[in-house]
Formats: sequence, C-alpha cells, structure tokens
Amino acid sequence: MAFATFAFYLFAVIAVVAGAMVIFARNPVHSVLWLILAFFSAAGLFVLLGAEFVAMIMLIVYVGAVAVLFLFVVMMLDVNFAELREGMARLLPIGLLIGVVLLVQLGFVFGAWETSEQALSARQAITPAPEIVDNTTAIGKLLYTRYIFLFQTAGLVLLVAMIGAIVLTLRKRQYVKRQDVLKQMYRDPKAAVNLVDIKPGQGA
Amino acid sequence: MEFFSHGFGLFLLILAQCLAVTVVILVSLAFLMYGDRKIWAAVQIRRGPNVVGPWGLLQSFADFLKYIVKEIVIPAGADKTVFMLAPMISFVLPVIVWAVIPWAPGWVISDMNVGILFIFAISSMHVYAIIMGGWASNSKYPFLGGLRSAAQMISYEVSLGLIIIGVLVSTGSLNLSRIVEAQAGSWGLFSWYWLPHLPMVVLFFVSALAETNRPPFDLPEAESELVAGYQVEYSSTPFLLFMIGELMSVFFMCALISILFFGGWLSPIPGIPDGALWMFGKMLFWFFMFSMMKAIVPRYRYDQLMRIGWKVFLPLSLAWVAFIGLAAQYGWLWGTYQRWIGG
Amino acid sequence: MGIPVNRAAWYFLLTDIVLGFRVGMKYFFKPKATLNYPHEKGHLSPRFRGEHALRRYPSGEERCIACKLCEAICPAQAITIDAEPREDGSRRTTRYDIDMTKCIYCGFCQEACPVDAIVEGPNFEFATETREELFYDKAKLLANGDRWESEIARNLELDAPYR
Repeated sequence: MAFATFAFYLFAVIAVVAGAMVIFARNPVHSVLWLILAFFSAAGLFVLLGAEFVAMIMLIVYVGAVAVLFLFVVMMLDVNFAELREGMARLLPIGLLIGVVLLVQLGFVFGAWETSEQALSARQAITPAPEIVDNTTAIGKLLYTRYIFLFQTAGLVLLVAMIGAIVLTLRKRQYVKRQDVLKQMYRDPKAAVNLVDIKPGQGA
Repeated sequence: MEFFSHGFGLFLLILAQCLAVTVVILVSLAFLMYGDRKIWAAVQIRRGPNVVGPWGLLQSFADFLKYIVKEIVIPAGADKTVFMLAPMISFVLPVIVWAVIPWAPGWVISDMNVGILFIFAISSMHVYAIIMGGWASNSKYPFLGGLRSAAQMISYEVSLGLIIIGVLVSTGSLNLSRIVEAQAGSWGLFSWYWLPHLPMVVLFFVSALAETNRPPFDLPEAESELVAGYQVEYSSTPFLLFMIGELMSVFFMCALISILFFGGWLSPIPGIPDGALWMFGKMLFWFFMFSMMKAIVPRYRYDQLMRIGWKVFLPLSLAWVAFIGLAAQYGWLWGTYQRWIGG
Repeated sequence: MGIPVNRAAWYFLLTDIVLGFRVGMKYFFKPKATLNYPHEKGHLSPRFRGEHALRRYPSGEERCIACKLCEAICPAQAITIDAEPREDGSRRTTRYDIDMTKCIYCGFCQEACPVDAIVEGPNFEFATETREELFYDKAKLLANGDRWESEIARNLELDAPYR
C-alpha cells in the first residue's frame, strides 16, 4: 500500500498548504481559489478512507455550490483588505480565544473517539462492515431510519432559512412595467393578428 | 498477464486505458466539430467546410494547427496565473469524467459505485473555469460573461441533478453500468428508461443545453451583448482549450443522456447483439440533436433563461422525483419504475 | 378567465420546437444555395466592374491619348496621369497610375474615356499580400489589358446595344 500512503501525504500536504494560503493570500479571490483546492484535497482524503459518497457530496456541495457563491460575493464586493487589517491587533485576542476553544473541542472529540469504549461499541453497533454494504447504502439506511427525525429537522431549518431569505429580498415595486410571460404565451396568434389582402390603390 | 494484475503493471494498464479513451475522444471530437459545422451549414443551405482534405474532413486539424501556432496574448492587467489556469481546467475536467462512462459491459476505466455523483461533482466544477477566465481577464465583458455563466450553470445543475435522482431511484444504484443493465428487457427499445421517464428526457436535454452553454442558451458568449463573453481576452491555444472543453462536455452530455435514458450499449431490437457501437451511435444521434437545436432555435434572453430554470424546470423535476419515489416504492405500472438490482 | 387549454397544450408538447425542427430538416436536404467557390463561379454581368485594364488597338498601339478625363472625373482621386509627346509627335502618357486601394469601382473612368482605353474588366480575384502590389502602374494596366482583352471586347459588344 505504498501508493495509498503516497497519495495520503500528497493530499494532506496540499490540504494544509492550501489552508494556510487561504489566510496568507493577499487577493481575496485567490483565497477562495485556495479554499477550493483545500476542499478538493479533503475530498481526496475521504476517497482514501473508502468514503467515496462523502467525498463526492463534499465536492458537489462545497466546491460546486458554496465556494461558487463565495467567489461570486468576493468578486463583486470591493473589499479593502488593508482597511480590514487595521483592527487586527485589537481583535487578535478574541480570535486566538476562538481558536483555542475549537482546538480543545477537537481534542475532546478525538480523545473520546480513541479512548472511550462506549464510543467504539456505539460505532460498531450502527455501522455494518464495509465489505457487506457500500457506504452510500449505509449512510442512507442510517439517515432515514435511526436519525430520520434529526435529518428532517435539519431539512426543515434549511427550508425556513430559504423561505426567509426569499421573503426578505422579494419586494413588489409599483409603477414598474413587468413582462407577464404566461399572458404573452396564452395569446393566440390567430386571434391577435388579422391578415388582410389589400389591392393596390385601395388602402387607407 | 501476471504483470498487469497488480502494482506497477496495473498502474501501466490503467494509464494505457486512460490514454486510449482520451485519444479516441479527442480524435472523434475533431470530426464532431466538422460534423457540427456541416449540419449548421446544411440547415442554412450552405456547403460548410469542404476544402481541407476530402469533403473538408481535415478542417478541424487545420484549425488546430492554426490555433497552436498563433501567439498567446496575455492582457497586461490580467492575473497571469489564474488567466492561464482557467483554460486548463476547462479542458481537463471534461476529459476526467470519461473515466466512468461504460462503453460496453466491462468497458470502463473506473466502474465506481458513485459514478453518477462523480460526474456531477466534476461537471459542477466546470463553472470555475469560466468564472476564473472571466475574472482574470480584468475586463468588463469577460467579467459579465463569467457571472452570467456561473449563475446559469448553477441554476441548471439543480434541475439536472433532480432528473438524475429520478433515474437513480428507479435503478437503486449510483453505478452507471448498473443503470444500463437495469434497462435491459425483452421489449428492446421500449424497455429503456426514455418511455417511463419521457417528460424528463426533454427536460434533461434542455438542461444539458443550458449546462453546456450551447445555443439557445449560449448567453455567456452572446456576441450581440458581450462580444464573446468570458473568452474575449483569450487567443491561440488557451482559446482552443476552452473550445475543446466546451465541445467535449457537449459530447459527454450526449453520452450521459444515452446511458440514463437510452440504454447505453443495449441494442434497440431484441435479438441483435449489444455493444459499444450502439452506445456510439446513440451519442452521435444526440449530438445531431444538439447541433440541430443550435441551427433552429433563437437565443434566449437572460431573464427568460432564469425563469424557465427556476420556475418551470425545478418544480417539474421535483414533482417528478416525488412521483418516481411513490411509483417505485409501491410498484405502480407493473413495476416499471422499480428495477432494483440486488438490495 | 380560465387557462386557454389549446395554447397550454401547444407549449407543453413543444409544438414550436417540433415545427421548427421540421423546417430545419426540410432545408437540410435541399440543394445547396452556395457555390463551391474556387472551383465554381457565379454568372457575371457584362457590365461588371472589376479590375482595371488599359486596352490597345488591334494594331498593338495603345488606345490612351492622355486626355486626363478619367483623372478629372475620378471621385476617389485614385488616378494619376503624366503626359508628354512621344518621338512620333503623338500625345501619350508617360505615367498612368491607379491606386487600387483608393478606387471605389464606380466605373466613371470607363464612362469618361473617349477611346475606350481604360475599362473595368471582369476580373475580381486580384487580392495581394502587400499594399504596394495594389498601386498599379501603366505597365501593369497594359498587361491586364492584354490578358483580359477577349473577355473585355466581348462584354463591350454585349453591352453596346444599351448605350
């Protein structure tokens, strides 16, 4: 499995470097492009783990949709990053604090995952062996049986957020002429146009 | 034989397969480009390219030579790295997806379980080539073209994805070979998915037109509004890469529509052997349809495009997914929608 | 107002696309309207105004008498003429230049010419790779005349009844 090891280090190094470049790149658009590369390498790592479904969903959702929106916003906005950096020294302690909290949380999760016996048994109880079922089926079966309530709630939250966004941005402006496409389509050319054959010299 | 079953030998074998598919695709693209031009010419009662080689067959190769010997012009204000990266992405991504296309039983480079998701993931990244090209040119028209194209491709990916989900629910697998096998039946032509999924075939075709920026949805390069859209500042080989990438994704969409709805390598009449030739024939037929659409349909306006994508295609395909779900679960219509192979 | 069912069905069944496709296919199999140009050429009227030529009499004497009417009438001022008496005392041009990049092919020069010396021949394929090659001098124009004389004479004869 020398090739798998090589691939792992390749993806891992690229992911870390790209992640660092997201922060260090001077141009915000470059930052987003580096972010995409980081997502991509993460998807590669998932494939190496044998979780091809998660990898593909990661590509479709993050690279295909979320990062495009990031890129859109960053390209359209005229962000002056030099101005934003001025408050850096003042905000640095808060940023560091958040970083430390995240790190501790990650540590807890990882520690529990590795050491707790309950975690191990809980994992094995719900996941069938990868040889029997491929991971698309396994994830589907879990999501739609054991976690159906949480899954549907998450869907509902997203739906509410979507409707909220639409309601907030939708405004009916008065005195604006709009095209009513259906009305146009339902007009019958036979009823709307009258072809008349007029002889020369008899016109109006 | 022993050598090719593991380790370095296997790697060489896969490399050779990739090379074979890529070369075949690229060479056939040259003739497809010629066919494309001949078809538009025929509809417009013109002759089309007819000078280079017999009946002009070598026209694409002459064009290829012309493109590669031209000078590459990089605008002074452009972001050079991103500017050159964009056409490469545009060329490489459509090549990659061919890895999961099954030409005949077993004739596939990577028969992966999530083949259709892989296709979807890779083709959803194609939009970056266009955005990056538009942004890096540092010029108004390419930028507007890039934005338009990004919005357009994302919108139509949604309906494309929902239509594919319908097929997936019918088959019960994400594997493309499985999808083709599920369409095998004693009725030949009529046991394929196009009949039970008929409205979605039309929707898929139109979404594919929009997704690949083909007329009547070629708004990113609408010359009357945006000169040439995101390609304005490109010349020579980078432009060639953009063009090959575009044509290759068109041809890929033809392959996808053949596999999803028209039974891939299966023969239309029971009794005649199946094979890769059928697959190729179906792809050529759909390519012909793509070309004819360019020849006969006028270009859409941008708001019409967005309206039809979000207000017509999305609800229709969503309703269809719900219908397929019910039909497959309860085995309606003699189990037409329930062709689950193994678990 | 209910939904007009006919119109709705019309759009839902993509009737416009089908009709358009049928028209497209009809033209697809029609004979081509264009010519296979370098090998086939379209018909040219006898009055076609193409590349200029200076003609000669059947004896070999050049027709041009350096009256400079063509130079005077040329709206683009493309023609330049210098004249001197020849040894035998006849009035001839020493220089007859046409700048083909200025010429608008209006045909006034051949209308103005009293001796049918300068004519616009039937040749339209005289594209060159440099600008300089399009600055025609007397030798070039006379050579054109010699080359195209049969066609020019035929065209003049065909057009004569209408003058």
